[in-house]
Amino acid sequence: MSKKVVIIDYQLGNLFSVKQACDIVGINAIISSDKNDILNADALILPGVGAFIEAMNNLIKLELDTFIKQKVKNGTPIFGICLGQQLLFTKSEEFGSGNGLDLIPGTIKRFPENFEDRLIKVPHIAWNTIYKSGQNWELTALKEICNNEFMYFIHSYFVKPDNDSVVLTLTNYDGIEFCSSIQHNNIFATQFHPEKSSDKGVSIYKNWAVINNII
Amino acid sequence: MKTVRIIPRLDIKGPNLVKGIHLEGLRVLGKPADFAKFYYDEGADELLFMDVVASLYERNSLHNIIRETAKSIFIPITVGGGLRTISDIKDVLRVGADKVCLNTAALKNPQLIKDASRMFGSSTIVVAIEAIKEPDGSYLAYTDNGREYTGVDVFEWSQKVVELGAGEIVITSVDREGTGQGYDIELVSKITNLVSVPVIAHGGAGKKEHIVDILKSSNASSAMISSLFHYHFIKDNESRASNLEGNVEFLNQKRSFHTFEPCQIKDVKNNLIENQIECRI
Repeated sequence: MSKKVVIIDYQLGNLFSVKQACDIVGINAIISSDKNDILNADALILPGVGAFIEAMNNLIKLELDTFIKQKVKNGTPIFGICLGQQLLFTKSEEFGSGNGLDLIPGTIKRFPENFEDRLIKVPHIAWNTIYKSGQNWELTALKEICNNEFMYFIHSYFVKPDNDSVVLTLTNYDGIEFCSSIQHNNIFATQFHPEKSSDKGVSIYKNWAVINNII
Repeated sequence: MKTVRIIPRLDIKGPNLVKGIHLEGLRVLGKPADFAKFYYDEGADELLFMDVVASLYERNSLHNIIRETAKSIFIPITVGGGLRTISDIKDVLRVGADKVCLNTAALKNPQLIKDASRMFGSSTIVVAIEAIKEPDGSYLAYTDNGREYTGVDVFEWSQKVVELGAGEIVITSVDREGTGQGYDIELVSKITNLVSVPVIAHGGAGKKEHIVDILKSSNASSAMISSLFHYHFIKDNESRASNLEGNVEFLNQKRSFHTFEPCQIKDVKNNLIENQIECRI
């Protein structure tokens, strides 16, 4: 029987595209906000676009936060996307400080309005390149991705892990370098949207599933 | 890296892709899905679907088109036209849109921008501003595809929408739209200098050099293009165009093509790279 993946629905973001990307590469995924589905899942996808506080509040209201933490601590693979990546961290500066799932130590920071006397357009809405930062991509979901491949970004905030060793890729937006994806044990997460990054992005879903024996 | 985006715009009326001049006098060009797939394969960075008659009927009827498109197209999709409430926005996001584009409803009820950006995140909320240059040189915002006068100053409005939480602005020069005479550089530059969010320039692209012109001379983050690409598609796919209901005679005559030098997305992008403007290819 094929493994079951739950796309966690906490009422924010475009879950439809995440589901389409799963379907096209053969991942058996359901969209759910049901605790039992999450408990029985072989792997989790935490998507999301929107506000950190709103997202955490929804997860808490749905009583999903503790279940997700428990599953991930027990070794269940999780794939965080955009806001879903940010939620894995300790805290955010967005709309006042808020506490995240705290699975990876670090802070969510906002792009500055000015940098080196330039005005920075925020949100960063663009195709931008991802490049290597120490970790080998061969053993990760990025195995078919070339260094400096373009991916689609749409965000005002980015993660700043306390420990650089979790950083998988970096990206430079108008002079500001930030962490654009992370890999740490069973946790993989991207600031960019692989499901919006053309065929190359969709290959990331496939390879994440292959590496974790989901397909 | 700082890159620009090339965004094909698909104006939709009922089941058809249409194109007008000054956002009016709509002509049927073909099936939206055919154009969308073609642009995706060609390397479009994003697509915008606009239901151009929705505000008139106060509803957006693109759900089926978006749902189908989002199954095979893995780039961002923005949807606009007739979105009036939080629940309208939620519905189009649920069927596969990544962002929504507000105009008429935002001018009637600016609070919608604030509520929507709080709920869905600023980056999901795009505000479209349709500008017409008045005889005294000022620019005023219009709604309903340039039909309805509001008396609102475009520059004040652009700052206001950012304050309210818009994550992006599409600035349309209604005067230039569909004419192929080039973007309104004065209008776009002024807006990009006033606001902190990315600005998408729209209205007037008639040849690939116009896109370099606007992106070099303003701080716009993207260029939105319709006729230039649509006419190229039609030239390459005459058989499909001839199967259409509606104004086929116009298509076959190619009458209004003379002000355009139709080209492909990759021609535009290669030309940008040659002019030291970074983009994804």
